[in-house]
Amino acid sequence: MESLTLSDVEQKYYSELFVYCDTDNTKKVASNGRVLDLFRAAQLPSEVVLQITELCGATRLGHFGRSQFYIALKLIAIAQAGLPLRVESLNSVKDLPLPRFIVGKNEAEARHAALYQDADSQGVYPPPGVAVIPRPPGRGLQNKKGPPSTAAHPVHEVIQPLAPSIETQPEPTSPVVSPHQSPPTSPHSWRKHKRQPSGGNPDRPAAVAAPGVAWTQFREPQTGPAGADGMWPSRSPPPAGQESWVSFTADTPPSSTLPAGHPSSVQESTTVRTVTSTALANEIQRQSSGYDDPWKITDEQRQYYINQFKTIQPDLTGFIPGSAAKEFFTKSKLPILELSHIWELSDFDKDGALTLDEFCAAFHLVVARKNGYDLPEKLPESLMPKLIDLDDSAEVPEPTPDVGYSASPVEGTPNKSPSMPSLNQAWPEMNQSNEQWETFSERSSSSQTLTQFDSNIAPADPDTAIVHPVPIRMTPSKIHMQEMELKRTGSDHNHPASPLLAKPPELSEEAKLPASMKFAAANAVGDGYSSSDSFTSDPEPITRQRSQSGTSPETLKVVAPPPPPPRPHPSHSRSSSLDMNRTFAASTAAGAVQPSAIAFPPAVPPRPLPTQTSVPVTGLRVETEAGPARGAALATTTSPQQIPQQPNFADFSQFQAFAASEQPSSLPEVDKHSEEAQVEKTAEGAAPLRTVKSDGPADDRSSAAVNSAKGSSGPLAPPPKPVRRRLKSEDELRPEDEQHGLQKSNIMAAVLATQPSIPRWGRGLLTSQIFVDISVRKGRWFFRSAGKDKKSIQASIRRNKETNTVLARLNSELQQQLKVRSPALPAVPGVGVS
Amino acid sequence: MAVCIAVIAKENYPLYIRSVATQNELKFHYTVHTSLDVVEEKISSVGKALGDQRELYLGLLYPTEDYKVYGYVTNSKVKFVIVVDSSNTSLRDNEIRSMFRKLHNSFTDVMCNPFYNPGDPIQSKAFNGVVSGMMVQTG
Repeated sequence: MESLTLSDVEQKYYSELFVYCDTDNTKKVASNGRVLDLFRAAQLPSEVVLQITELCGATRLGHFGRSQFYIALKLIAIAQAGLPLRVESLNSVKDLPLPRFIVGKNEAEARHAALYQDADSQGVYPPPGVAVIPRPPGRGLQNKKGPPSTAAHPVHEVIQPLAPSIETQPEPTSPVVSPHQSPPTSPHSWRKHKRQPSGGNPDRPAAVAAPGVAWTQFREPQTGPAGADGMWPSRSPPPAGQESWVSFTADTPPSSTLPAGHPSSVQESTTVRTVTSTALANEIQRQSSGYDDPWKITDEQRQYYINQFKTIQPDLTGFIPGSAAKEFFTKSKLPILELSHIWELSDFDKDGALTLDEFCAAFHLVVARKNGYDLPEKLPESLMPKLIDLDDSAEVPEPTPDVGYSASPVEGTPNKSPSMPSLNQAWPEMNQSNEQWETFSERSSSSQTLTQFDSNIAPADPDTAIVHPVPIRMTPSKIHMQEMELKRTGSDHNHPASPLLAKPPELSEEAKLPASMKFAAANAVGDGYSSSDSFTSDPEPITRQRSQSGTSPETLKVVAPPPPPPRPHPSHSRSSSLDMNRTFAASTAAGAVQPSAIAFPPAVPPRPLPTQTSVPVTGLRVETEAGPARGAALATTTSPQQIPQQPNFADFSQFQAFAASEQPSSLPEVDKHSEEAQVEKTAEGAAPLRTVKSDGPADDRSSAAVNSAKGSSGPLAPPPKPVRRRLKSEDELRPEDEQHGLQKSNIMAAVLATQPSIPRWGRGLLTSQIFVDISVRKGRWFFRSAGKDKKSIQASIRRNKETNTVLARLNSELQQQLKVRSPALPAVPGVGVS
Repeated sequence: MAVCIAVIAKENYPLYIRSVATQNELKFHYTVHTSLDVVEEKISSVGKALGDQRELYLGLLYPTEDYKVYGYVTNSKVKFVIVVDSSNTSLRDNEIRSMFRKLHNSFTDVMCNPFYNPGDPIQSKAFNGVVSGMMVQTG
């Protein structure tokens, strides 16, 4: 006959039956009465019985040898299960219940009890009340520990499930009685059980005894909670007050035995898979099942798992790659599908590798599965990688490495038991995505998040902040600032401020300076600035200037700037000074730079900005302006100074000086004009600023921008637009201012235009500076113009302050740029104001 | 919600196919099968541009009077096909895309499982769960 693999339970059962039938004790059972009776008791049709006998070879032999008998019994079981009688089914049928033989109860029971209870002290076969001879080890095969034959592993069915199977027996039917003695040994036996069917029994008792002690100890702690068979609610009350595992009663499905004791049993089984009684193992399992959380990994188990992990991956913090894990777990002889499911459950972070925790969880699930537990749908909470805490109280001796897998595979029956559902339900729905794991719930989303770098390299430019649409009512300087910023950042100009700064003095000093140059520079720098600022603010001053200076737009080129605004006034930012000074200077020529009473002589303050003086000089101007700017905040200092100090200090003058050296004159004029004109400070401030700006950078663009700003939104970015518009409106209110502004813008444009050679960055600087100046100036200018009126003064003060801040920021940026560019800046000869 | 979801392998045999309608499932199978032609056509047309530039989401493959078929192909030429009921007009393109994305993610998880041999039918419970979540809940 082919090799027959029997589970422990079956082994025992069959052996008992054999003994029973072997009345002659000849080790072979003839087709004598007992056998026949037995077969009859199987309640199978006679032809089936005949078939069975044929299959098992007894017919051939004429008698039933032990093996034949076993086979026959197996076939009977198969037949009773309704399966076709096949030889191959002997080993392939899983979960085959033991053959049932209906016999006289008393006799059977008695015999049984005797048989089982002394055969192996596992006593798992208590004399059940059922009329079944050898009580089948519970329904289905409780041999979780070692189903005699699982499809996957027909061969090596170790009897390992001795304990469990035995245990299972009592469960289904009635309270288990005997387990007490056996438990201690079962684990051992169960563990090292690689077994041969026949060897099981004899060994069991022996093995039972030895480990018994250890197990009892082990059991003790576990038995505590043992009673908590949460998992098996259906269990009938623990019979005989046994420990939890006793509670497994009839209703428990095969898995029931296991589950209860699962945790502990698992570990026990893993540690000592001896052939000891399955009952023992079961018992232990059951006891350990006392845990409320059936999936909890006990210390011993964990220790075992860790050791197993080490065999694959010495580094406990490392990963086990999927392939290695696959090999390892395949040894467990679980069906691939189940292993796949286990993997899905345990690979928490879905990375295709197992960490120590994941590995323990997977191992635990494998063991559970092998013991008949249904796999949960979701990873049990206790197995969650981060929830598992490693106890290091490993009381259990180190299990043999291959214990887990040497055991017979778990029945694949997924039907596991009502207990399993309860188990599953007991666990909270742990959404894996909740875990702070490396899980990527959405790969796409994760990738998206990964790629979200700072898309916006927020310009560190403080000035850019200025670019935000500041209500234009604010001082024009602000607008200018914004524009300058825009230009600066956009055009990467160096020193818009310096040009601006330079402007006033230049304007004042050198009206001859080719305005175009400056304007060009300025424009280049802050096209945006100029456009925006110029639009808003410059137009007015420029216009004013122009009007004042009476110079036509072309005068931008050469506008003999009246006293250049006292740029160098250190009290304000360059831009502010530029503008304000210019504005005020231009307007009043009195040098009252700031509302804060900056009496600034219209004369060009000793602006360090050579550019200012060199306005007329195409290119030079820019450089000069840039120079000072490079000089580090010269422009800043100057312009701010000038601006606040010289409200009338027209940047225009600078522009003019730059552009055509006429702006300064125009600017101041404009300033004056604006002052005279009854204008709102903001608007006025804007205008002069505009012009100033135009002067400074002498950038064509800026000037053009200035010009254009007046009438239309310049090249500047949208933000300044509202500003401009407002300014324009304001300008409209003050036509004079507008004139000035226009002048200024024109000046600026002219200046800028005439300075094509100005390097871009220089232009940028210039423009920005110009804008700053203009803005400041404008504010100042307005202030001056409004002057008397307290409210207006305050307003202008406010404006100026705003301008100051803006310009200050601008200055810093410009300075930075200058510093960067300083080496590149060409020396500007003739910087000094003429 | 989809009426039928199918995963087709690179060699154009189904790895996973599931329909909600218990009756006439064959119809859906047939539909999916015929949609493969459209998928091939779409990916071949863009094939010149190299797969990387090819959009994974193919969009509506073809509508029939009863339902619409959407396609999605991965870089490894694994195709996902979703059949939705035409009467379900509320399904926007974005929703379909998100369904495909979820499918793709689940499929990747399945692939990551070392016990899964590429080319085998997909028997992952997690994958089943995801698909069930997307199918029309007809009870």
